[in-house]
Amino acid sequence: MDILRFITAGNVDDGKSTLIGRLLYDTKQIFADQLEAIESSGRVNEDGQVDLSLLTDGLKAEREQGITIDVAYKYFSTEKRKFIIADAPGHIQYTRNMVTGASNSNLSIILVDARKGVQEQTRRHSIISSLLGIPHLVICINKMDLVGYDEQVYNQIVEDYKQFAQKLNAKDITFIPVSALKGDNIVEGSELTMPWYQGPSLLEHLEQVPVSQDFNLENSRFPVQYVIRPLTAEHHDYRGYAGKVISGTYKAGDKVTVQPSGQTTTVKSVELGGKVLEEAFASMSVVLQLQDEVDISRGDVIVKAADGLEVAQEFEAEVCWMHNKALKPGAKLLLRHNSTETRCVVRHINYKIDINTLDHLEDVDQVQLNDICRVQIKTAAPLLLDKYADNRSNGGFILVDETSFATVGAGMVAEIEY
Amino acid sequence: MTKRYLDYLDQLEAEAIHIMREVAGQFEKPALLFSGGKDSITLVRLAEKAFRPGKFPFPLVHIDTGHNFPEAIRYRDELAERLGEKLIVRNVEETIKRKNLSEPKGRYASRNALQTHTLLETIEEFGFDACIGGARRDEEKARAKERIFSVRDEFGQWDPKRQRPELWNIYNGRISKGENVRVFPISNWTELDVWNYIKREEIALPNIYYTHERECLVRDGKLMAWSDFIYQEPDDVVVRKQVRFRTVGDMTCTAAVESIAHDIDGVIAEILESKISERGATRIDDKLSETAMEDRKKGGYF
Repeated sequence: MDILRFITAGNVDDGKSTLIGRLLYDTKQIFADQLEAIESSGRVNEDGQVDLSLLTDGLKAEREQGITIDVAYKYFSTEKRKFIIADAPGHIQYTRNMVTGASNSNLSIILVDARKGVQEQTRRHSIISSLLGIPHLVICINKMDLVGYDEQVYNQIVEDYKQFAQKLNAKDITFIPVSALKGDNIVEGSELTMPWYQGPSLLEHLEQVPVSQDFNLENSRFPVQYVIRPLTAEHHDYRGYAGKVISGTYKAGDKVTVQPSGQTTTVKSVELGGKVLEEAFASMSVVLQLQDEVDISRGDVIVKAADGLEVAQEFEAEVCWMHNKALKPGAKLLLRHNSTETRCVVRHINYKIDINTLDHLEDVDQVQLNDICRVQIKTAAPLLLDKYADNRSNGGFILVDETSFATVGAGMVAEIEY
Repeated sequence: MTKRYLDYLDQLEAEAIHIMREVAGQFEKPALLFSGGKDSITLVRLAEKAFRPGKFPFPLVHIDTGHNFPEAIRYRDELAERLGEKLIVRNVEETIKRKNLSEPKGRYASRNALQTHTLLETIEEFGFDACIGGARRDEEKARAKERIFSVRDEFGQWDPKRQRPELWNIYNGRISKGENVRVFPISNWTELDVWNYIKREEIALPNIYYTHERECLVRDGKLMAWSDFIYQEPDDVVVRKQVRFRTVGDMTCTAAVESIAHDIDGVIAEILESKISERGATRIDDKLSETAMEDRKKGGYF
C-alpha cells in the first residue's frame, strides 16, 4: 500500500465538492456523526439525498460567505492505497491556493461540466497543473446525467481538450465521464447509464495510476537539515548528517561531493534511528555518515561525485506571486530552497504568463497577487539547483518577505546560468 | 536490484521526521508538547528516529490540567525516564491560583480552555519559538485547513487568513520576536494510520487505551470516567462498563467507548468497524458548538 496525493480544482458549480463527498461517502470514510451534522443542517438535494458537497465545507468564516478561502486536506484509503486530497478553490483569485495544493500532488483532477465543455477555468486549472509539473491529469467530464449520458457530448469534449492540451507538458492524461451527483464512474462503474464507456471508474484509476516512477532516482540530492553529534562516551566521534533523500539513491561506498564547498569523500553508512540501512532512495529520511571529517552544516547538499554538479547564483524561474503587495524589479527577498535560506534580488521580470492561454505578456513592470511570471533572480549565496522540469523536488523554492516573513512567492527554476 | 518501494507508513514517517528536523534546524528553542496520548507518544517515537543516537534537540513539555488520567501521568514519567530526555511539567492548577482565574463550573466544566493560559505562559517562561504538537488534519474541519508550520502571534492566536502558503517540502519558520510556530508533523496521518504505526513499531501505550472495567457516568449518551473532578448531578447514574479510551485528554472532557479490545489488533478492528469519528465519539469539548475547534484555535489552542 502506498500513497497518492492529488488535487481537485474547480468551483462549487462544477460539482467538485460533490465529487469529493461522493468519493469519501462511497468508500465509507464518512462517519455517522459527520453525516448527522450535515443532515441536521437540513440541506438535501432535489431527490432527497444528503448534499454531499457539505462534507467538504470548512470554517465558519467560509460558510458565512459561502466560499472556500484555502486549501483543505481530506483523507481516505482503500485496500490498495492511502489518498491525500488537496482540495483547492478554483476561482481565478485563488491561483495561489491551487499552486500550493498542486506543489505536493502527483495527480490533478480537473472537472469539466458536460453541458458547458472546455471553459476558461478548465484551461487555467490544466495550465497550472502543467506548470507545477503534475505528471498525471484526470479530466472528469461531470454532470453526464444532465446531458442524457450522451457519448457524442463526451467525445466532443475529449476532442476539444486534446486540441488544447497539445501545449501542455502533461505526460499522462485520462478522460472519464462521470456524474458525481449520481455516483456514475466515481467508485462504481456505469454499465447501466454509459455502457459505451469501457474505461475504469475514477477510483479504479486513482488506485492503479503508477506513482513510484514519479520519484527521480537518477539525480542524487541530499540536503543536510541537521547534524547529529551525541558527544557521549559511546558515540564520542559520531557525526551523522540528518536529511531527506529528495532524489536519487545513496549507499555505503558511494563517492560523494559536498556542495557548495566541493569537498569529496565516501559514504560510510546509511542509518535511521541508529539502525544501518542497505540503501536510501528518494523520499526517505535518513542519516548519512561519511568516511572523512568534512565541514558540513545545515543547508549543504551531499551529491554523487560522478554527477559533476556546479552551484549557481543566477537563474531564471517561473514565479507565482502570492501577496497583495506587488512584486517589482529590484525587489530584495529571502529565498528558501530545501534547507537553505539566502537573500536574493529579482533583477528582471521577463514576462507574465497568461494562465488561460499560456501566452507571454511582455513589458511588465510589476506582478500582482495570483500572477505567474518569468523572472531573473540572483542570490547572495550559491545554490545547488536543478531545473524544475528535470527534478521537481530540487527545482522549487519559496520567496519570503524580509520584514514580515510572509511567504510571498513560489518559484520553479527554469534556466540556470553557471 | 533493490526494490525501491516505500510503504505508506514509511512515507508518512519520512515526512514527519523531515518536519521534526526542520524544527531542529530552524528554531532556537523548540519544545515537543506531550500529553500522554497516543498521538504525542507517536511523536516521541518519531523524534527517536529523527535524532538518535543523539539527544532530542527539545524538551518534552506537558501542560497538566490536574484532571489527567493517572495512568497517562505514570506513563509520561516512565517514558521520559527511560529515554533520558528532559520533561517539563506546568500545572493549570497553579495558573488558576496565581492569576486568580475562575474554574469553569457546571455540567460541562472542564479545564480544557484554561490549558491555553498555561500553555501560553509556559511558552513565555521558556521563550519557546516552536511547539511540536500531535494534531492531525483528519480530526476536525478547522484542523483540515491547518498548516504544518502554523504561525501564531504573541497571543498564540491562529488567524486562518494570515496563514502562509506551504509548498513542496519547504517550511517557512521565520518569525518576528514574540511570535511562535506550532508544528504538526503528523498532519497527514489518520487515526488508523497512527494505530497501524503503533502496531508496526510495537509501541507500548497507557493501558487505558485497551479494554478495562471502569465506573462511568452516562452523560448525553457518552460514558464519562467517574472521578472526583467530574461535575455530578443528583440523578447521575454510575455504571460499571468494559471500556477503553479512543483519545486520552482531560478526564472531564474525554469519553470512553464500550470495547472488548484487549490488544492493538482488537483496537484496529474496532476502528475499522466504527461508525463514529474519533472526536465525535470521545470529545465533549467539540460538541459545545459547531465551531468549537475553530474558535479555540483562534484563542491560542493548538
